[in-house]
Amino acid sequence: MAFSDMINKFFGKDQVANSKDVAKERLRLVLVHDRANALPEDVLLALREEMIKVITKYMDIDEGALDVGLTKSDTEIALVANIPVVRIKRNVG
Amino acid sequence: MGEVLVITSGKGGVGKTTSTANIGTGLAMLGKQVVMVDTDIGLRNLDVVLGLENRIVYDIVDVVRGNCRLKQALIKDKRFENMFLLPAAQTKDKTSVTEEHMKALAEQLKAEFDYVIIDCPAGIEHGFKNAIAGADHAIVVTTPEVSAVRDADRIIGLLEASGLESPKLIINRIRTKMVQAGDMMAVDDMMEILAVDLLGIVPDDDTIVISTNRGEPAVTDEDSKAGQAYRNITRRIIGEEVPLMSLEEKQGFLDKLKTLFGSK
Ligand SMILES: Nc1ncnc2c1ncn2[C@@H]1O[C@H](COP(=O)(O)OP(=O)(O)O)[C@@H](O)[C@H]1O
Ligand SMILES: [Mg+2]
Repeated sequence: MAFSDMINKFFGKDQVANSKDVAKERLRLVLVHDRANALPEDVLLALREEMIKVITKYMDIDEGALDVGLTKSDTEIALVANIPVVRIKRNVG
Repeated sequence: MGEVLVITSGKGGVGKTTSTANIGTGLAMLGKQVVMVDTDIGLRNLDVVLGLENRIVYDIVDVVRGNCRLKQALIKDKRFENMFLLPAAQTKDKTSVTEEHMKALAEQLKAEFDYVIIDCPAGIEHGFKNAIAGADHAIVVTTPEVSAVRDADRIIGLLEASGLESPKLIINRIRTKMVQAGDMMAVDDMMEILAVDLLGIVPDDDTIVISTNRGEPAVTDEDSKAGQAYRNITRRIIGEEVPLMSLEEKQGFLDKLKTLFGSK
């Protein structure tokens, strides 16, 4: 144990995260949730359009069945896309 | 033509009224023509913070209803003759003020004053929309707490959506000892998350309470740290470059020992 760790232990500052680090992480997460909820519909639509543009350079997809959205859990928020592939192009690029 | 600044926050009790009083007075101390407008109808308290509560005859609702002329409702400050207050109504119906009224009022006031400082009520409803309606720029006040910063983020989004681009942030009630101990978010932590411009930082300071008791904003007190913070903020508002003040405090023996052994 390094000497500074001993001092930390002595002062009760062990491995427990500082409360400010806890605050910061909770804040980051709550803002991801808040901003996701406040995201205008057209932003997701624009994202969807651009994704289609990029993906169709490499493969044919079923655009009608394409599903893009945010899923939330307690600890993270993820952008999830389900994109059925119809055909992969040969010799791309 | 003057500038209309709205002081807002979302969350209540973080220091909007305190900031309005100190910024308004600070600008008056720099020789500017200043009027402060209290839009917290029903919960008026800017008058008390400024020590002008005994002089009120008419209020903002009287003005928009045409019960009096605008000039009649403006209260001149005790110390600074270039500083005025347009008080909120305490008992009248707050729905009688509309966004159109506020736009017209802002136009009228900025024709006469260098700075029109609008103290906004808490929340994001009617009162908030009124307060920002005639504003040219917005200042968002927060404290170093998760709930306050969260509300600040929401407010920043709403301000930008209503065309008030790049609001500026004041972080109020910073407790340096707690920041040093890792128990309060530091300025950088909040700036990283909010990504807006910082207008200033204000320490949590007993002189704010004392000066509010007296009805004399701390910015007039040479020895007040919070007063110094607000003097810096007003100078930034008029376009001067002023470095952020250091909120370092004298360290106690234990703190020194901990710093010495690099355990913080
Ligand atoms: N920097 C500070 N240090 C100490 N007390 C403060 C500070 N800023 C505000 N306060 C106190 O916090 C309380 C709420 O402030 P106020 O300005 O009325 O908030 P708001 O207008 O946002 O509701 C008041 O009692 C005020 O004196
Ligand atoms: Mg207030």
